[in-house]
Amino acid sequence: MEIPAIVGAGLVVIGAGIGIGKIGGSAMEAIARQPEATGKIQTAMLIAAALIEGIGFAALFAV
Amino acid sequence: MEKLFEDFSLGLFFWQAVLFIALILLLKKFAWKPILDSVNSREEGIKNALDSAEKAKLEMQNLQADNEKLLKEARLEREAMLKEAREMKAKMIEDAKTDAKEEANKLIAAAQASIETEKKAAIAELKSQVASLSIEIAEKVVREELSNKDKQMKLVESMLSEATLN
Amino acid sequence: MRRKITVKTITLLLLLVSFVTYGQEEHGHADSGSDRASEVKAYIQHHLKDSYDFNLFSWTADSGEEKHFGFPLPVILWDGGLKVFSSSKFHHGETVAEVDGNYYKNYHGKIYKTDAEGTITYDNEHHATNEKPLDFSITKNVLLIMMVFAIMFFMFSRMAKSYKKNGGMPKGMGRFLEPIVLYVRDEIARPNIGEKHYKRYMSYLLTVFFFVWIVNLFGLTPIGMNVTNNIAVTLCLALITYIITTVSGNKNYWKHIFWMPGVPVPMKIILAPIELLGTFIKPFALMIRLYANITAGHVVIMSIIGMIFLFQNWLGSGLSFLLAFVLAILELLVAALQAYIFTVLSALYFGMAVEEHDHH
Repeated sequence: MEIPAIVGAGLVVIGAGIGIGKIGGSAMEAIARQPEATGKIQTAMLIAAALIEGIGFAALFAV
Repeated sequence: MEKLFEDFSLGLFFWQAVLFIALILLLKKFAWKPILDSVNSREEGIKNALDSAEKAKLEMQNLQADNEKLLKEARLEREAMLKEAREMKAKMIEDAKTDAKEEANKLIAAAQASIETEKKAAIAELKSQVASLSIEIAEKVVREELSNKDKQMKLVESMLSEATLN
Repeated sequence: MRRKITVKTITLLLLLVSFVTYGQEEHGHADSGSDRASEVKAYIQHHLKDSYDFNLFSWTADSGEEKHFGFPLPVILWDGGLKVFSSSKFHHGETVAEVDGNYYKNYHGKIYKTDAEGTITYDNEHHATNEKPLDFSITKNVLLIMMVFAIMFFMFSRMAKSYKKNGGMPKGMGRFLEPIVLYVRDEIARPNIGEKHYKRYMSYLLTVFFFVWIVNLFGLTPIGMNVTNNIAVTLCLALITYIITTVSGNKNYWKHIFWMPGVPVPMKIILAPIELLGTFIKPFALMIRLYANITAGHVVIMSIIGMIFLFQNWLGSGLSFLLAFVLAILELLVAALQAYIFTVLSALYFGMAVEEHDHH
């Protein structure tokens, strides 16, 4: 039985969602632990989230 | 993915590239360079002002420290001078005292010596005067005594009695 | 404070007007539900596409005639010679334009060379096989790029002049823009590229940041121009980043790609193609990210606005309206965030290219 490509894309999106969620959660914890480093943490968080997001979009457009 | 290639429009790409590169170059010349330059020079100016203020503060502190040092030195010098003067005064008084004492001692000694000699001379004179006086008196007495026979006899007798006793 | 309130009011008004304009479009047709759904879908697809005329809204008059409100833009073609004509000749894709004995037809947003009747031939997969002339038309999106070009040039050259006039202090708009310029310099360029090299890249980073931001904001206005949801535009931006990275790459950068120091030789051989591929994937991701974020945002907002006309009851439409409103505000954030991400990642790649490693 052939699995439609959109299912794979959906799986990738779920993975990307979990990944971004984890990054966001960890960033929150890090900020709570070190509020003085908020700016740096936010920048790192956005960059990491953007990289994962790229993978998600690549999957969506590959369909 | 296929949709992406389908959507791609060469004309839009061309215009975007031309306009965007032109925008970068134009803004670089007319906006970013002057803006960043003046921001930089402003920041530098603020930094310089802060630095010079800091410097002035430091200089002020140095000056104050110098002043304090000078004052301290002056005070020390004054004290030293006062001390010296006091010492000198004490020494002078001391010296004068010892000098005076010595002089006085000398004077006393001389006086004593002269008193002694005077005394001696006086005693000697007294002695000679007493001797001559006693001789005179003895002469007179002897003359008086020897003028009367009785009396001469009596004397001789008393003397003889005395002499026998001895 | 007063100015802040004014800006807020204007933003709100623009958002509201956008709903109203979108709304006018669909309101003319009050057909059955499935018809309306496909109409909404078609409209969204149309909205996302570039077009040869500037069309604010269209409607169907009572006589059944389609009316359009807007103005045509010049079409510039290269087809054995330069051909310039007004897009009004297409009559919104309904007729064939005849120029110097050649016939052109605007079919699904693309210009094809046809015969006098405008016949389009198809291959098996229903793709048009007609010859396509080289197309350098001033389309709606090109017009917006030109507008943003003019706006940015006007804004920032004026800001630069105000510095000169006021002895190094900005005035007016510059007061608002200067912190953003400084943010790009101090938070994006300096930490990612490094104190030594960042000055060379400031012009590109600032231009790309403000360009993407302003263009994204224009995409949110009801005039319906979306520049950054064209792959050609994002490809152009990503390509410039790629070229700058490649050109400014130093010995160290290439060494880390082709002969990674500090790993055993077999690993070096395996890593080299991966790293080389990575240099292409990075700008590719940059291109896709911007394109996909903006496209997705537009599709979602417009779908939810479309739902207002599908529900046609107070509860559903009201909820859709609220949701669209919240999403529109989120898109305002996304507009700035994507500009920021694009700039940060570009700066990061430049930083990698000029980094000078201490020996491990």
